Amino acid sequence: MANILLEFEKPIVELEAKIQELKNFSSEKEIDLSDEIKTLQNKADSLTREIYGKLTPWQRVLLARHPERPGTADYIKLIFEDFFELHGDRRFGDDPAVIGGIARFNGQPVTVIGHVKGKDTKDNLTRNFGMPHPEGNRKAIRLMEQAEKFGRPVISFVDTPGAFPGIGAEERGQAEAIATNLTRMMSLKVPVIATVIGEGGSGGALAIAIGDHVAMLENSVYSISSPEAFASILWKDPAKANEAAAVMKMTARDLEELGVIDEIVPEPLGGAHRNKEEMAKILCRSLKKSLNGLMKIPDDKLLEKRFEKFRGIGQFVSG
Amino acid sequence: MFKDLFRKPKYVTVHADTAKKDIPEGLWQKCPVCNEIVYTKELDRDLKTCKKCGSYFKMGAWERIKATVDEGSFNELDAGMVSINPLGFKDYPEKITSAQQATKLREAIVTGEAAIGGRPVIIGVMDPNFIMGSMGSVVGEKVTRAAERAVEKSVPLIIFSASGGARMQEGIISLMQMAKTCGVLARLDKAGLLFISVLTNPTTGGVTASFASMGDIILAEPGAQIGFTGPRVIEQTIRQKLPEGFQTAEFMLEHGFVDMVVPRSQMKSTLARLLDLHSTGGYKNG
Ligand SMILES: [Zn+2]
Repeated sequence: MANILLEFEKPIVELEAKIQELKNFSSEKEIDLSDEIKTLQNKADSLTREIYGKLTPWQRVLLARHPERPGTADYIKLIFEDFFELHGDRRFGDDPAVIGGIARFNGQPVTVIGHVKGKDTKDNLTRNFGMPHPEGNRKAIRLMEQAEKFGRPVISFVDTPGAFPGIGAEERGQAEAIATNLTRMMSLKVPVIATVIGEGGSGGALAIAIGDHVAMLENSVYSISSPEAFASILWKDPAKANEAAAVMKMTARDLEELGVIDEIVPEPLGGAHRNKEEMAKILCRSLKKSLNGLMKIPDDKLLEKRFEKFRGIGQFVSG
Repeated sequence: MFKDLFRKPKYVTVHADTAKKDIPEGLWQKCPVCNEIVYTKELDRDLKTCKKCGSYFKMGAWERIKATVDEGSFNELDAGMVSINPLGFKDYPEKITSAQQATKLREAIVTGEAAIGGRPVIIGVMDPNFIMGSMGSVVGEKVTRAAERAVEKSVPLIIFSASGGARMQEGIISLMQMAKTCGVLARLDKAGLLFISVLTNPTTGGVTASFASMGDIILAEPGAQIGFTGPRVIEQTIRQKLPEGFQTAEFMLEHGFVDMVVPRSQMKSTLARLLDLHSTGGYKNG
């Protein structure tokens, strides 16, 4: 059960608390209240469906950033076996905002890489809120090249507000690190599956998301910048983030319609954070299906298709 | 330089305070660095270089092409390509129209076939005056087609970047242009072809974080602002003043991300020499 509540979650959680109360009362006093409980449960379910059926893009941004939303570390625990974390970019350091390593997925050795946000304030400072420095991007590409060497598919999880903007990050070539990842990932001779699990912010997200199959969880977002930055750049007013989210087309459905992603992975009712185990099961099924398909495709065909997929994105009139 | 000696007397400069009152529109321009008022015609002739302080004015795509390629050699590619409005973003079509009217360009990059020092190249030149040289679908597509043309013709690719980054109004579609341009450069690389990336003022954001950073050789103009995140955002994030000279061409040279800082007046000859060094086939064992 979630401890941190978003405004629109409150009526649902209040109703659920009432149901729990009735259940407790019923067992204490040995009175059969099953009909009443059932009625309330139905009401809670339909209320949840109603609220989640018409989430605004901004509400999805809030869900995507929910502090209790499962992250890369959760999925590694729940979906993979034998995870062996590997560290460092062999150039400068080890970036805690990105974790990666070798693991078994459904029996198959794979390389798994993802952004990690902190679970609390202290953890967030260590993880830098999931914002990679160049070292994080370079660690990611090192592990992907290693995966290529040993014929392991790559599974990546995107969950970052963006690449970190700082002095050191610029000095050590944030832009070059991202550009190199994009270029190298385009010719990586193993299947790459990228899933946006929370926030997919800008170049920092893209740097591990050049996938043969790109998926988004239902309530995740993926965009050119945060809605705050977007509002600040175009309207000189970061407070208009809510409006920005509405026009940026950053939800999973928007991106599917724009042809940028291949799949929307459904979340349990009420969002991934309300049932992590169920979310992991759904995600696991989705990954299995795409991996099985991709592992049948020969290398050269795989690269051709990967390039054509991104090559085809863009809307213009040739003139 | 002899040339400079002869030029000097012809060069007309007027001090800001006396000239301010009646500057005819377009005839004079004020140097953004030293505030000197300079004669536009002289400025055009001197590759948009301020005679007083030596700093560079922004150069439009066509001015740059004229200054860089052999006379009469330029053959434009995809000249008619224009943006549409993929997100249905309010006022974006109007913004494009007014940028087109102001710059006489269709989009923020001009690409074409040309020759430099007699060597054939495919060249792309971004224009910082067209919506800040931002990269949307058209810039992404034209860069990609330019690289594909270079592969097809087996000639080097040269791109002059000048960009505030990805174009916000095309949202995620702009972000994906980074992937697309890097993808085609991977192919150019595999074909063993030379890509020279020239970074001019400013080259930032999604353009730096994609094709502009992937040159086999990366040149930059003196003083050009080059980086990933804009200085204002960095200062807001880290709550710290940025050091002097941060994110300049010289800073990038010092930190190993640029091969050479080349003055505007030497850019064409530098490119010609580099093309010449790459013109005879490389040594292949056996
Ligand atoms: Zn000056």
